[in-house]
Amino acid sequence: MISARGMRHGAADAAARLPALLAAAEPLAASMVLGAHGRRRSGHGEEFWQYRPAVDGDEARAIDWRRSAQSDVSYVREREWQTAQNVQIWTDRSQSMGFDSHGLSKGDRAAILSLALAMVLVRGGERVGLLGHDCPPKTGGDQIVKIAACLAEINDASYGVPHPDGVRRGAQMVMISDFLGDLDVVQSALAHAMDHGVRGALVQVLDPAETSFPFTGRSIFEARAAGHRFETHKASALREDYVARLGERQDVLADMAQSAGWAFSTHITDQPPQPILVWLHTVLSQRGTL
Amino acid sequence: MTPLIGGIGFITPWVLLAGLGLPVLWMILRATPPAPVRRFFPAVVLLLGLKDRESVADRTPLWLLLLRIAAIAAVIIGLAGPVLNPAPVADGNRPLLILRDGGWAAAPTWQTRQDRSSQALDAASLRGRQVAVVTLASVDATAITFDAAKNWPSQVATAVPAPRLPNADDIAAWLAAQDASVGFDTLWISDGLVHEARDAVAAFLRGQGTVNVFEPTKNTVALRPVTFDGVDISVAAIRSDAALPATYRVNASGTDPAGRTAVLGQYDIAFATGETEAAVTFSIQSELRNRLTHFSIEGHPSTGAVTVLDGQAKRRSIALIGGAATGEALRLLDPLHYLRAALSPSSDLITSDLAVALTANPDVVVLADVARLTGDEAALRRWVEEGGVLLRFAGPRLAASAADLDDTALLPVRLRAGGRDLGGAMSWGAPKTLAPFAPNSPFAGLTVPEDIAVVSQVLAEPSPELAARTLAALSDGTPLVTRRDLGQGQVILFHVTANAEWSNLPLTGLFVDMLDRLSIAPRGVPPSDDDIAAQTWQPQQFLNGFGTRVAADAAAGIDGPTLLDQITTGRAAFGTYVAEGREIAINAMGATDTLAAMDWPAWVPVARQSQTTERAFGGAFIAAAIALMMVDIFASLWAAGRLRGAATMAVAVIAVATSGDLRADDTRILEATNNVVLAYVETGDVAVDTSSRAGLYGLGVTLFRRTAVEPIDPIAIDPETDELSVYPFIYWPVVATAPVPSRAAYGKLNAYLRGGGMILFDTRDDGLFGADGLSPERRHLQRIALGLDIPPLMPVPRDHVLTRSYYLLQEFPGRYSGGTLWVEATRPSTETGTGDALRNQNDGVSPVVMGGGDWAAAWAMDDQRRPLYAVGRGFAGERQREIALRFGVNLIMHVFTGNYKTDQVHVPELLERLGE
Repeated sequence: MISARGMRHGAADAAARLPALLAAAEPLAASMVLGAHGRRRSGHGEEFWQYRPAVDGDEARAIDWRRSAQSDVSYVREREWQTAQNVQIWTDRSQSMGFDSHGLSKGDRAAILSLALAMVLVRGGERVGLLGHDCPPKTGGDQIVKIAACLAEINDASYGVPHPDGVRRGAQMVMISDFLGDLDVVQSALAHAMDHGVRGALVQVLDPAETSFPFTGRSIFEARAAGHRFETHKASALREDYVARLGERQDVLADMAQSAGWAFSTHITDQPPQPILVWLHTVLSQRGTL
Repeated sequence: MTPLIGGIGFITPWVLLAGLGLPVLWMILRATPPAPVRRFFPAVVLLLGLKDRESVADRTPLWLLLLRIAAIAAVIIGLAGPVLNPAPVADGNRPLLILRDGGWAAAPTWQTRQDRSSQALDAASLRGRQVAVVTLASVDATAITFDAAKNWPSQVATAVPAPRLPNADDIAAWLAAQDASVGFDTLWISDGLVHEARDAVAAFLRGQGTVNVFEPTKNTVALRPVTFDGVDISVAAIRSDAALPATYRVNASGTDPAGRTAVLGQYDIAFATGETEAAVTFSIQSELRNRLTHFSIEGHPSTGAVTVLDGQAKRRSIALIGGAATGEALRLLDPLHYLRAALSPSSDLITSDLAVALTANPDVVVLADVARLTGDEAALRRWVEEGGVLLRFAGPRLAASAADLDDTALLPVRLRAGGRDLGGAMSWGAPKTLAPFAPNSPFAGLTVPEDIAVVSQVLAEPSPELAARTLAALSDGTPLVTRRDLGQGQVILFHVTANAEWSNLPLTGLFVDMLDRLSIAPRGVPPSDDDIAAQTWQPQQFLNGFGTRVAADAAAGIDGPTLLDQITTGRAAFGTYVAEGREIAINAMGATDTLAAMDWPAWVPVARQSQTTERAFGGAFIAAAIALMMVDIFASLWAAGRLRGAATMAVAVIAVATSGDLRADDTRILEATNNVVLAYVETGDVAVDTSSRAGLYGLGVTLFRRTAVEPIDPIAIDPETDELSVYPFIYWPVVATAPVPSRAAYGKLNAYLRGGGMILFDTRDDGLFGADGLSPERRHLQRIALGLDIPPLMPVPRDHVLTRSYYLLQEFPGRYSGGTLWVEATRPSTETGTGDALRNQNDGVSPVVMGGGDWAAAWAMDDQRRPLYAVGRGFAGERQREIALRFGVNLIMHVFTGNYKTDQVHVPELLERLGE
């Protein structure tokens, strides 16, 4: 049971992270110049699309009288069809994402990435929600603040478990995690998503130390919450095996994604986040009718 | 303790046994691998199930093992106390007596002795021995007190040789005061001379423990007093060791025309083998001879190797002027014959007429029965007043014209006409003899021969001064010799003739003695004991142990008998003494003294040279061990793979430690260049610094309110470390206890002053010392100013630009008023007639302003801008504070605008031109 004091402390901690998260995500989102783009066909929307001569069946109130007065024909003002997509993001904020070897943890990068993506999407008029939190897809600036507040929370699980439960039919989904935990839960999450006609992207965020394994000497590696512990006398000798295993895991993940019709990419935290953001946006644009 | 290898010994060798434990340590260290590093690593799941390819446990690397063993070994060796060149001492724990002769004979090799003493102290200190240092030349009857060796070096280092030799009586008293049962070893640092008490001391020391003698030189050289024989000067030297032939150079020193001591001549004295005495005889121009002050042996700085001269060395030039030519008078009746006989051995005589003689500037002019000085009187008077000695003798002509001579005549007393005859054919009385000399007379102590008879004399008119001017009188009280001071010189009259006509005085030895006492004809022999006992002697100069002459400024006069007693017992301070214009010299060596080298008994080991220095270097081993351990810290981290964080931290710590100051300094300079900053010199005296800071703050506030100068908060600077050129004005409160700036700081200060900066020196003492007193602060300011490039200063003139650079002011009070403010003197020029302060100032600001008004206290304000210190009383005080602030404003304006305001005087002229 969490004491009131612990809760308050955690809340204050999260609130302290919130502005930093927003500040880090905003420039990243700003680097993506996108507009609220239309469907390129007429429909329900706010933007003007075209005038067309009125045909039978058009309601009289649909006629644009100002345009029609300029000629003998009656015109109807058509608007471009705009519908908002639902994009739901699951961001892994478990203990394992707290690892960092150079000053920026995987979790923070994942949160920044998620928030920036949310900002870009909201700016494009989409509805964005956060899975795993009480945060259904909505649009608008308030939603960004809410997402940021949710992202600031860190949970106690040692490895992240995807939450596909709240996913909406036909929505797009993005999962950002290090995928170092049990892959079965990822598999089942993907299956659940497929059942709901949801497609999306998997982004594996890794620390550079996790890809290159730069350790030497006598070491004990441990993941405290999970209780995993591994001791070696000569860490450097393990590097090749480790890298091979990591590669295998990434292959498995890629296969799983492909078979589900999802996209998969890896991001290392010492690299700039723009490329992966662009990649995500492109994937979402292509997959859906974004 | 025994030397082991290469002259290295150990103070506590048993500590080395700990070295046996090293192999065990080796095994333990080798078996212990570096501790594992615990890492949080989420990807550990990928590792689970992997196997180490090398199953052998990681061991401590060999080089790390060696490093650690070396560190431990260095600690063990360091603690064992290794010593280079250990002194062979049998019993290291007994107290040590360092016995120094310490007289002037030790002076030429003083440094060697000092070194040996320090060395012995160091060695004793290493072993924790008790030490006593005793100087035989200045012992008194107290027992030896032993003390820890570390308490002695400061006393030993400052010791100087005493200007005397060990005194046998003193030593006997000292020996009597000793406790015979202490038991100690002795290092006797000897001067190599025999003296009476030496055997007794040696016997006493032998009874206490081992005795070692250190005697850097066997030979001592000294000069005997100089003897004069007419024009010849003879200098004799003596030495104690006659084993080898030797030549010494004797410097004849005296004052050069500029008044400085200079070497006027150099003479070699050669000793043949076996000789302990040698002399050189030479003559020297009387001009130079009169300037001689002392002789010394070159390269032997000691009291004995110097012999100072007294007035005896002087060879005077004396002009003898007789009366009008008497034609073919008999030679023995010549009024000048006896004078010539008495004076010629020791003086250069000038016989010509007075006018010519005066141009030769003689020391003494003798007028024998000359009454009228037609035409030359004024010149003669001037010569006397400038310091000449005029010696007159009576005679028939003087007696005849005595009535016509008034007070203006060059005579000590007014004379009655005619004189008187005593015991002649036409008189009743018998010839008179001399009365004994009064004790305060310069002739006091001279014996009057029985057979002196005065048959004629000139008589003095009775007057109040007569008694004071009488130096010698006849048995009936009538004056025989009178003297009167005139200007810097004196006029002396013998009331008898210079020949045997009126008395037989000129025939006696007394006449020569009298001339000697009057310093008219010194005879070149030392004064007799009676002479010395008769007068009180004022020391002029003392000789110190190194034979340097030191002015005896504050020494009290010594009465004759005491001095005589001191001389006979050998306790008199060597130097020169003066009484009644006569000078005597007391030298270390008498005319017959000899020096003899000490032959030590066979049981005493005598060392001639300094031993190789014992040097402890255990500290170096410990330091090396600590360094190795520091290396080990990093090496261990590196071996365990944890170095990165630690190294980063170490680098960061070092960077912060070194860069902190620089950054602070840069900000200061940036602030000072971007703003106007008033600076003050930090003195270290908290009260003064607080006052300076508050004062400049108050002045800044005033400037801000009233002028366009808007300074930020004042800044404290240290001329030693801070860059000065960015401050336009520096306030320097002088504190007597503050150190004088270093050479580097002077360089910066001078560059600052040349570059147009201004320093206000404030001695803050006008209230205590007034304008003219010399307070400690002012003396300290003089010391500070010595190294500064300061132009000539003058009190600020009434039309100086400081009086009108902003406010019109006529005085510059601070907390105290009435002091003098000093500024750079204006250079005189004839170009303009517009007042002193305008002349040729080159638009320069006076680089320094000095005074004692304690201005900072008058300017001082607290944070609320209320005055901090009381100034004066009531309204007048507030007015004074206001004027002080106005002075501050004027000063800062002067700093910034130079002599801009002096142009005001041209305003009428400019207006006139504009009008046209």
